[in-house]
Amino acid sequence: MTDAIDQIFVNLKHWLVGWCPADLQPLASIILSVAMVIGVFAGLFAVVTVIERKGLGRIQNRYGPNRVGPFGFLQFAADGIKTLTKEDIVPRAADRVVHYLAPLALVMPVFAAYAVLPFGRNMTLTELDGGLLFFFAMGASTELAVFMAGWSSRNKYALFGAMRAIAQMISYEIPLILSAITVVMLTGSLSLVKIVAVQGTYAGWLPDWNVFTPWGFAGFVLFMIAAAAESNRSPFDLPEGESEIIAGYYIEYSGFKFALFFLGEYLGMFAISGLAITLFLGGWHAPAVWLTWVPSYVWFMAKLMALILLFIWVRGTLPRLRQDQLMNFAWKFMLPLALINLLTAGLWHFIPPGGVRWFICSALVVGPYLMLGQGLTSPDKATKRVYRFAD
Amino acid sequence: MPPSFYILAALTIAATAAALSLRNLVHCALALSVAFIGLAAVYLQLDAQFVGLAQILVYVGAVSILVVFAILLTRNDEATKPLVSRFSVAGAATALVVLGVLTWAIDKSEFTHRKLPPAPAATVRQIGDALMTHYVLALEVIALLLTAALIGAVIIAMHNEEPKS
Repeated sequence: MTDAIDQIFVNLKHWLVGWCPADLQPLASIILSVAMVIGVFAGLFAVVTVIERKGLGRIQNRYGPNRVGPFGFLQFAADGIKTLTKEDIVPRAADRVVHYLAPLALVMPVFAAYAVLPFGRNMTLTELDGGLLFFFAMGASTELAVFMAGWSSRNKYALFGAMRAIAQMISYEIPLILSAITVVMLTGSLSLVKIVAVQGTYAGWLPDWNVFTPWGFAGFVLFMIAAAAESNRSPFDLPEGESEIIAGYYIEYSGFKFALFFLGEYLGMFAISGLAITLFLGGWHAPAVWLTWVPSYVWFMAKLMALILLFIWVRGTLPRLRQDQLMNFAWKFMLPLALINLLTAGLWHFIPPGGVRWFICSALVVGPYLMLGQGLTSPDKATKRVYRFAD
Repeated sequence: MPPSFYILAALTIAATAAALSLRNLVHCALALSVAFIGLAAVYLQLDAQFVGLAQILVYVGAVSILVVFAILLTRNDEATKPLVSRFSVAGAATALVVLGVLTWAIDKSEFTHRKLPPAPAATVRQIGDALMTHYVLALEVIALLLTAALIGAVIIAMHNEEPKS
């Protein structure tokens, strides 16, 4: 019975595909899977925008949207209709072709990244041998779309935003990939399906998730910080910076193209949260043996919602960083910690299991964190800023 | 050859032609990155997964960003030059000579006359094993070179003279 519920979507797809003529079956299977992913995650995007606005309102001691539907929860429908019917304004000086293509170039790789995420048992669109590599390749392609948007708008704020976004994405991509590599080192595979399978056992009352090891915990925290920076979320939302550069690279976009940028940003956040779940939080596995009867996709979605709520909480709590703080944090704190974490993961592999391994690896995580953190926050380092070009 | 190869080849060639002939340099760079994507797709279609994905990660994610930044920081894109420059004849002649030499060399090499071996299934794991055992020295040398280049770039960028008041 539990198996039937767990595999209900897989069996439903097989049943539906079975109705097609034999020649069209592969195509029908692909279209069904893709439509499912697009539908589910675009729907999640709609729901999350409302939850985010309500949550931020609660944190900031105001109501948030409360007019459309019960408690304002149909606000996303109103927003959708508004963006769909709004006039699409293109600046006269803009490069029309690139301006038109930029939102598409952002959304397409973001959707493509979902192809390798395991959403549940037997629920992966393509089981690529180098799935993790594919994910990061798709993530890297979005940088060019950001540049296209900023450059083609012929607006200095848009170009500033694009420059900031690209500098930030490239800087934080390094700790992101380095913290993910620890999992690859310990699993011995780039395939996300296999990485999830390895985390599927239980040791006592704790599951064998990577986050419950010293290197995994450090990797998870580094990964989530870098993920927030990659998806331009607060406190790393300098590329948008409403109070400084208005809205960054999508300042000259309106109507549905703006909605596409918004969609791409949120879907990128979901995808990278899904990757964090896959790498560190055991993928679709249940957190305890006696909970394995709950279907796998429910666990994936529950973990995804938890991470999204964490992102919303962080956004409502932390102020925006300054540009120099952003770069210092990436290169002087995150990068050394991620490199040391590689060493920790290697030691974890070679030292036999036991208390000694836990002690050494935990010391290797906590010690550098304390030392580097002190260097980052010491107050006597504040000197008068020297401007090279602005005097 | 499957039809997907022809589609990808047409896309890559069209994008490369656009990169060579468009008037705006940023457009050229964007067309070039489309050509990179087309090449990566060809690799993927040949089951060379690692090469194809690394091609996207490195070329589309990093090299094309480098190219557009270099264009933005050095050029003024208002100044457009005539399509046919006075070097066009010499350029065409050089290109023809290079093409001839390459054709001759490829035709003479035993590579074209050898029977194709069965395609090896090079998985990412095999590539990783080879890099870490057989080619580890080359890998370390490249790593050293890249580190030296990185430090050099940082030192050049750090060049910080006191602004004259």
